[in-house]
Amino acid sequence: MDNHPWLPNISRIQDMLREIGVEEIDELFQDVPEDLILRRELKVGYDSPLSEEEIRWRLGQVAERNLKLKYPPFLGAGAYPHSIPSVIKFILSRSEFYTAYTPYQPEVNQGLLQALFEYQSLMAELLEMDVVNSSHYDWGGSLAEAVLMAHRINGRRKVVVPESINPLHEQVLRTWISGKELEVVKVPTGKDGKVDLDFLSSLNPDEISSVYVQQPNFFGVVETELEYVTEWARKNNVVSIVGVSPLSLGLIKSPGELGFDIAVGDGQELGIPLNFGGPYSGILATRMDMKLVRQMPGRIVGMTQDVNGKRGFTLILQTREQFARREKATSNITTNEALMALANAVYLSLLGRNGIKELAIEIYKRSHYALKRMEDEELGTRKWESDFFEEFTFVFRSDYDRIHSELLKRGIHGGLKLGPREALFCVTEVHTKRAIDDLVNAIKEVV
Amino acid sequence: MWRQAYWDEPLITEYKGKGRQGFLVPKENIEAEIKLPEKIRRGREPELPEVSELEVVRHFIRLSQMSFGVDTGMMPLGSCTMKYNPKIEEETGVFERTHPLQDQDTVQGNLEVMYEMQRWLAEATGMDECSLQVPAGSAGELAGVLMIRKYHREQNRRRGEMLVADSAHGTNPASAAMAGFSVIYIKSNQEGLVDLDVLKGTISENVAGFMLTNPNTLGLFEENIKEIADLVHSVDGVLYYDGANLNGILGIVRPGDMGFDIVHLNLHKTFGVPHGGGGPGAGAVCAKGKMVEYLPYPVVVKGDRYSLVKPERSIGKISVFNGNFGNLMRSYAYILGLGGKGVSMIGKMSTLATNYLIAKLRGVKGLELMAPHRFRKHEVVFSAKKLAEETGVTAFDVAKALLDRGFYAPTIYFPPNVEEALMIEPTETEPVEVLDQFAEAIKEIVEKAYINPSAITSTPQNTAVGRLDQVKANHPSTVTPTYRVLRSRLPNQGRK
Repeated sequence: MDNHPWLPNISRIQDMLREIGVEEIDELFQDVPEDLILRRELKVGYDSPLSEEEIRWRLGQVAERNLKLKYPPFLGAGAYPHSIPSVIKFILSRSEFYTAYTPYQPEVNQGLLQALFEYQSLMAELLEMDVVNSSHYDWGGSLAEAVLMAHRINGRRKVVVPESINPLHEQVLRTWISGKELEVVKVPTGKDGKVDLDFLSSLNPDEISSVYVQQPNFFGVVETELEYVTEWARKNNVVSIVGVSPLSLGLIKSPGELGFDIAVGDGQELGIPLNFGGPYSGILATRMDMKLVRQMPGRIVGMTQDVNGKRGFTLILQTREQFARREKATSNITTNEALMALANAVYLSLLGRNGIKELAIEIYKRSHYALKRMEDEELGTRKWESDFFEEFTFVFRSDYDRIHSELLKRGIHGGLKLGPREALFCVTEVHTKRAIDDLVNAIKEVV
Repeated sequence: MWRQAYWDEPLITEYKGKGRQGFLVPKENIEAEIKLPEKIRRGREPELPEVSELEVVRHFIRLSQMSFGVDTGMMPLGSCTMKYNPKIEEETGVFERTHPLQDQDTVQGNLEVMYEMQRWLAEATGMDECSLQVPAGSAGELAGVLMIRKYHREQNRRRGEMLVADSAHGTNPASAAMAGFSVIYIKSNQEGLVDLDVLKGTISENVAGFMLTNPNTLGLFEENIKEIADLVHSVDGVLYYDGANLNGILGIVRPGDMGFDIVHLNLHKTFGVPHGGGGPGAGAVCAKGKMVEYLPYPVVVKGDRYSLVKPERSIGKISVFNGNFGNLMRSYAYILGLGGKGVSMIGKMSTLATNYLIAKLRGVKGLELMAPHRFRKHEVVFSAKKLAEETGVTAFDVAKALLDRGFYAPTIYFPPNVEEALMIEPTETEPVEVLDQFAEAIKEIVEKAYINPSAITSTPQNTAVGRLDQVKANHPSTVTPTYRVLRSRLPNQGRK
């Protein structure tokens, strides 16, 4: 290969070797044991470099193998289809952000630092929590880090989670805490689809480190007695953690107002595409209590001044981090989801105070419209009478598998199967009335 | 002369607008009453801005002008591999709209890409299988050490010690600690390599494994790697490869052939994914032989169609869905663009760049090199200890002075076994003329330090702001992590 656009020095190899004082590049690897050297080319990609046109063709070919859906899928369960302002892609594509590193050199990265400070600040307003770090990988990772944070604070080994937790979040949590051998205690779901508070209060709190609840819970149900959970936790010196859908907060009481110690969630709903599961952005927030803040994982940007008295921003409280504290760090996290946090900041700025409320109401209305249409057409019944946001669990008259495959034949992706006749449906502002009607009519044909 | 833009730009939360909105919320004519009980309705509206679309765009574009990326200038950050990110990677947007819980039959294209990536990354590392669950390097490390932990548990033994080289990335001991291990550091010898005698004296039936990067953080190849692997394996320990430094040997020698059992990769370092201001990245954790069954799930397998499966003894899930798939797509485009031929040249071309830079900087007064006769691979670490002693100009000052000259700073004060470290990784994508300019900048800074040190210690001047007050930033009485905290300290705590 004599030339490649991403390898600019191929034509200068001889000059560079002369400067070094060797004849062949291989001499630079004389310290690698002979018998370990790979004497062939790696079998990766398609042997020769592909031109942009060929890459485009291959990407198109792969995309063709995905089923083209008529509407966004009626799927949620931790990842939600939403409308994404075109401003976001435009700003995220700015090379100065996009190809930057973690802003360890604050003088030359003020813009990025300010943008991340704004992410923290906007998220703090939405959650009504004081301190937000500049992101984790996703909701599950944030939850796991929050539980480990609680363990560092009180040294106890049990974490209480509801049956109504997103099961994928629970799986991630269990993996992450397996090293510290923390124990998960489950609280059942009551007949109303909400967390069973009688069961919670019957637990012996002495060994409990933290209690987690999800709002709205995995089944879409809005929990109504969360003050009880925070009070129970406070009384027993248990760290209270809530996982929230950030868009629901346009309508529903915030973690701060409810009195939680830590809030987690996923910024995916705030301007991040579905991306087949990632990148998303784990939210982690806490109260301005140094006992909590010092145990926080992840990077935090703070406001300060420069030598000339100008306002400036820099990474703060870095003695918590791996590069400074090694095995005593609060977490191993290094690369986070900064650019996705920036997407959240742009999104919250665009929607603003009024838009976030309007959107939450619109999602509420559309999801309720879908349920009502299903009930009116007598496709089955809702699983719980309790009110919901964005998602609801529906029990069909007949087998869901057949309904689902018939829907797919019509280019519609239905909800997530939870039982033989049960599925979790997600309806947001991307699902038009026509799409919802189409879904309901299609089910009516096959149910 | 280079000067960065400076805008006296307020916080977006300080914009004074009222009643504006930057995005039109789609609305349907639906009659539905909000039936949520009053007591769970949000009490106060969030203190979010009320700004138009233009105000938002202009605000963030101004902020971007006060930032610096690979597309702006060279970023010689050691151990970070800040290579150029080809723009064709951005043509993968069509995959953005797939939901991770869609029926597998409806996303066969996505699964095919994941499958090919698993195969290619296994080939590049000499491993048997990879899981793309891990969204970044340190998550890959956590997965790796949890695999080691579970392996020993299943042999009915508790092994509490994890060996880590003293020159290791800070993530290694942090990950080991998260997995419940106690960390034992293996000291480097005078040549900057793992001291085999120390290792022999430390290895025991309590040792679960050894986390190592090769080339190490000095850019040196651990030439005794076969002996190291034999020693670790002699007690049935597991040898873990920290893939952060793979760029210097990619296509030359593979971790699997060296004797490593588990590898993590940072696709945002070695395989072209942009760093995004700190993330998102993408990763892979790969394993060989008996360790494959412990990989995090799901892994894609190919039968008459592609499907997601759980390895038999899997440690579990690390991320909620399929890892950072969006960035796997970018990496996929990158690998296609280089092909096997191009990828096989990365190790050679990055190592060539490093040693060229060393040749250019050799003998610069005040800068010293440990084991100067050895060739480096992806990176080189100079010590500015002598410079600091003779002029008072530290590695920190040199870093700031480089910012003033339009370069990003090297990694500084790392690895810990080098005093006043300047850790430089040029990568294969910087043209030789830029390497020359960088070397000239370093020489000029050092010369100036010997003549007029305050000209260096007063840098940077050409950046948006000067050095920042770290005391004010971190002191409990002034620490300001959000606008909300700032507002609470204002005299009348004014809400809008």
